[in-house]
Amino acid sequence: MFDTFILILDSTVRLSTPLLLACLAGLYSERAGVVDIGLEGKMLGAAFGAGAVGYLTGNAWAGLLAGIAVSIGLALIHGFASITNRGNQIVSGVAINFLAAGLTALLGQTWFRQGGRTPPLPEGGRFENIELPFAEAMRDVPLIGQIYSELLSGHNILVYIAFAAVPITWWVLFRTRFGLRLRAVGENPAAVDTAGISVIWLRYRAVIVCGMLCGVAGSYLSIAQSSGFITNMTAGKGFIALAALIFAKWQPLNAMLACLLFGFLDAVAIRLQGQELPGIGEVPVQFFQALPYILTVILLAGFIGKAIPPKAAGVPYTKERT
Amino acid sequence: MNKPIPNSQLDAAAPVAIELRNINKRFGPVHANKDIDLVVRKGSIHGIIGENGAGKSTLMSILYGFYHADEGDILIDGQKVSIADSKAAISLGIGMVHQHFMLVDNFSVLENVVLGAEESARLAGGLDRARTELKRLEDEYELRVDPDALIQDLPVGLQQRVEILKALFRGADVLILDEPTGVLTPAEADHLFKILNVLKEEGKTVLLITHKLREIMAVTDTVSVMRRGEMVATKHTADTNMSELAELMVGRNVLLNVDKQPARPREKVLVVEGLNVTDSRGVRVVKDVSFDVKAGEIVGIAGVSGNGQTELMETIAGIRRATSGTLQIDGERIDLAKAAPSPAEMRDKNLAHVPEDRHRMGLVTSFAEYENAILGYHNAPEYSKGWLLDIAAIKQTAQAEIEKYDIRPPDPLLKTANFSGGNQQKIVLAREMERDPTVLLVGQPTRGVDIGAIEFIHKRLIEMRDAGKGILLVSVELDEIRSLADRILVMFDGNVVGERSPDADESELGLLMAGVDGDVT
Amino acid sequence: MSAGQLPRWVDYGLIPVLNLVAAFLVSGLVVILIGESPIEAVQILLWGSLGFGEGIGFTLFYATNFIFTGLAVAVAFHAGLFNIGGEGQAYIGGLGVAWACLLLDHYVPWWVTMPLAVAGAALMGAAWAFIPAWLQATRGSHVVITTIMFNFIAASLMVYLLVNVMSEPGSMQPETRTFEDGGRLPFLNDMMPWVDFGTAPVNFSLILAILACIAVWLIIWRTRLGYEIRSFGANASAAVYAGIDPVRTIIITMLISGALAGMMAINEIMGSQHRLLIEFVTGYGFVGIAVALMGRAHPVGIVLAAILFGMLYQGGAELSFEIPAITRDMIVVIQGLVILFAGALEHMFRPFLIQAFAVGRGAAAQAG
Repeated sequence: MFDTFILILDSTVRLSTPLLLACLAGLYSERAGVVDIGLEGKMLGAAFGAGAVGYLTGNAWAGLLAGIAVSIGLALIHGFASITNRGNQIVSGVAINFLAAGLTALLGQTWFRQGGRTPPLPEGGRFENIELPFAEAMRDVPLIGQIYSELLSGHNILVYIAFAAVPITWWVLFRTRFGLRLRAVGENPAAVDTAGISVIWLRYRAVIVCGMLCGVAGSYLSIAQSSGFITNMTAGKGFIALAALIFAKWQPLNAMLACLLFGFLDAVAIRLQGQELPGIGEVPVQFFQALPYILTVILLAGFIGKAIPPKAAGVPYTKERT
Repeated sequence: MNKPIPNSQLDAAAPVAIELRNINKRFGPVHANKDIDLVVRKGSIHGIIGENGAGKSTLMSILYGFYHADEGDILIDGQKVSIADSKAAISLGIGMVHQHFMLVDNFSVLENVVLGAEESARLAGGLDRARTELKRLEDEYELRVDPDALIQDLPVGLQQRVEILKALFRGADVLILDEPTGVLTPAEADHLFKILNVLKEEGKTVLLITHKLREIMAVTDTVSVMRRGEMVATKHTADTNMSELAELMVGRNVLLNVDKQPARPREKVLVVEGLNVTDSRGVRVVKDVSFDVKAGEIVGIAGVSGNGQTELMETIAGIRRATSGTLQIDGERIDLAKAAPSPAEMRDKNLAHVPEDRHRMGLVTSFAEYENAILGYHNAPEYSKGWLLDIAAIKQTAQAEIEKYDIRPPDPLLKTANFSGGNQQKIVLAREMERDPTVLLVGQPTRGVDIGAIEFIHKRLIEMRDAGKGILLVSVELDEIRSLADRILVMFDGNVVGERSPDADESELGLLMAGVDGDVT
Repeated sequence: MSAGQLPRWVDYGLIPVLNLVAAFLVSGLVVILIGESPIEAVQILLWGSLGFGEGIGFTLFYATNFIFTGLAVAVAFHAGLFNIGGEGQAYIGGLGVAWACLLLDHYVPWWVTMPLAVAGAALMGAAWAFIPAWLQATRGSHVVITTIMFNFIAASLMVYLLVNVMSEPGSMQPETRTFEDGGRLPFLNDMMPWVDFGTAPVNFSLILAILACIAVWLIIWRTRLGYEIRSFGANASAAVYAGIDPVRTIIITMLISGALAGMMAINEIMGSQHRLLIEFVTGYGFVGIAVALMGRAHPVGIVLAAILFGMLYQGGAELSFEIPAITRDMIVVIQGLVILFAGALEHMFRPFLIQAFAVGRGAAAQAG
């Protein structure tokens, strides 16, 4: 029973990682007042970029860089539309999701001719799992040893990066000049403007950080969790991350908890597939798949606390003509 | 035309802090600033007065780097400078307190003060130094405010203080205040003026933008008058008076008295009793207000803006919910807490409402003019044929109102946003007045309206009164209230603190508006 | 954006055309990127979608879907709401259609089933829009986010229902049994002997779609409800001042929007597939966003945009057949680009045009 539990938690960590990276990505963007429903598309683009370059170079780090570059590219399109041109941020996000879905499949087929997939990664093209020191030795220690060697050890570097990004994000947001300005521009861009700070450049930086993290999230899917890109491999994870962001009320630590919760639901769903639960019977796997969304809607309805987005989120900044 | 007095002759001894030469700024077809020259002396309080839309805010925005002048030079301490953005303005020692505060509501005072002036990439050091500096500034200028309080928890007076601190923290030598008293109670305004005097004594230069003559007379050393984008005069405040300034502002003698016969009030058409209103933040904004309006009279509500007038009007119009109170209109008594009528139901009871803010409420500016002519009356049977709207009938109504109220251009198909402020206001007035209401609520009827339209609007209001309508008028312009109303109620902090006749002493009304010496407190 | 700086024909004609041209130019670059000729691609696309009867039939079939989902998005736009949940509403709408057809197809002819199927589709689509609408109206939860969530919930729900509840006993396919003739709308090919749409499934739903366009036009521009919807969308506080109830307006608008999205299922389920199956919406709900943006939320514009997207879908299918390198994913790319240029970047060309017209005017004034 305990072993099963550890296993579920272990896969929770693996499943939460891309959600967490994308969720933090969205956090930077939305805290700066740029709503981003294009997390999904940026992740997908990154997954493709990483998969393709990972395959071509056989170097996971090169793949990661490519993934990040693609994602930042898409983020800049979003920035150009919603910051420079003051377009509708939702519409721009939708467009990016389409662009990524179409281009990855199209280019994948053109370049690799495997039905939109990238070929399996060669040696070195994928991030391998890292054994933490003494993991093997600790394995036999009850409880702590198991937690250490099964749960904490044996993940790839991106998992650790994702979880390290949580305190870093908190620190950046609340302890640095950039963070102060970022939060300010999401609440009242006019205050930032009159304080002599460029709203546009600040928001661009937020959007670029968002692209960077989405890039890691997408790369994780294709060159860490799997070995290669598959058409539409994000399968809605960007939207779950978005849901988690709302669920987390735009707070970094909450974001981690929300993503762990949603990852846990996913892990349980996989575990329970086709199994009878005592007293309940078989719980349809679709229920678990829908649960993150249902929970988020319930939260949005204000039944479990109130999710108040940054005040200026979604509103393009225009200098007022008085 | 008055030739601008070359103000370099004024106080020629004191050094010049700011000089503007030949500033021009156009927004499309609007020439917002035209050949502006201005000299501001160091260590003085320099007022700039003008009507709404005279170009004061545009000029100051140019000085603060928010807009760029199409032509002209800016000199600071005698040096020609180019102010590309607010950052450049700040580094030149210019600070600005905007009409709408530029504060982040969920940040602390300290965070707001350091925003943009953090010193280093890490916050901690900067915040500590700012805390010390803030303490020093607070002591030096008597600007006390808790650095850890959240802005959203502070009253507006203190929020404004934070804005001033922000500017001083950035080392501002010149402080621009844009309509700073609009949101303040008279007591808070007095306190602000004290602060401005302290700043002056400390050698700072203050530019005070306002449309209120009283403030200019109370606090400035020098005053410049703007009219329709031009700087028409600069004078020592001591050498001028309110009526001269008023004349300069509008370009001719101001008709402060509207030509009217004494009112002949008849039966009560609107009775408000024990009205209490709480706003969305849970603050009581209207407190136990009772009054009545009779057919054939104008009751004016005077007061500094933000003392419950808006909420009072909106509650009577059915837009806001009351926590308690009754309303009697046209003989029918309604319990506002239990059976709150909707705005539509109030209209059915022959109540018409010209809201204070035509852009926010009175009009849908993206609609064609004729569509706005039925806003709120769109369910009336005369505008429908069966399931569908009777577009022809609506256009006919609009056309008739355009002619009667001389709305220009006379095109019912034109988008409402493309009409001038005065004509937009006429669209609203026409719509509300032409429905033959028993009671007419009018908020700020002439805000942002040019002089010609003001006279027209005032005349129409008197005609309505003489036709036996009961009119409740809210205006922050005391002069307007005094010239139109037959009785004046003064509101302060949600209370009606007194009733006076329009020829009551002005200082007495001012004291009432300041919450001093009221009948009820 | 300040109005009145540009003539109307520029605002409503030139700018949309420029945006569209930009989208297609970039699409052309993508085609070049994958090493094919964009000119040839356009030729095949045009021929495939309009060059022969069956092609036209398919184009119109797809256009029918897009008219419904485009109208759905447009109606919500007029109230200032962004209904991004057309996908889920159409999917759930399929339930209403399927129930009506499964219930009646053995007993009555199609024209008896149809009104019930339409009602079922509209009702289910509206029902799926109701909770987001209600939450927006009374709790202020943003309808964009809730409708996205409801898309995913709908997907899970439909998989569950089709796998566990509605599938034919003994069948492993996640779909219902095939409807009898009483649950099938007639193909236009059979209704109109003088046209030849070949095997294209364009059917009676197209007529329903056109009727829906007329109904939407009447509702939005010629009824009190439409007046209230537009007032609310343009200036919510003015609407409240005018006695328009925001809760009622939001909910009714979203119900109409959801109903229109749901009616898309008529075309697919009763008109073409003749059974309820998994993932029959395949992104048509999202195409509605592009169609509504391009059509400027006006029924006439929506019909034109829907036909254009119908051409892309049908022509794209031909294209992927003729030039295998240009897979059907190209359509998704074009869709993305159209949404980007016609939607998010809709004002990109404005500053240039304003300048150009100002210069033009200045010159004219000097000359005159």
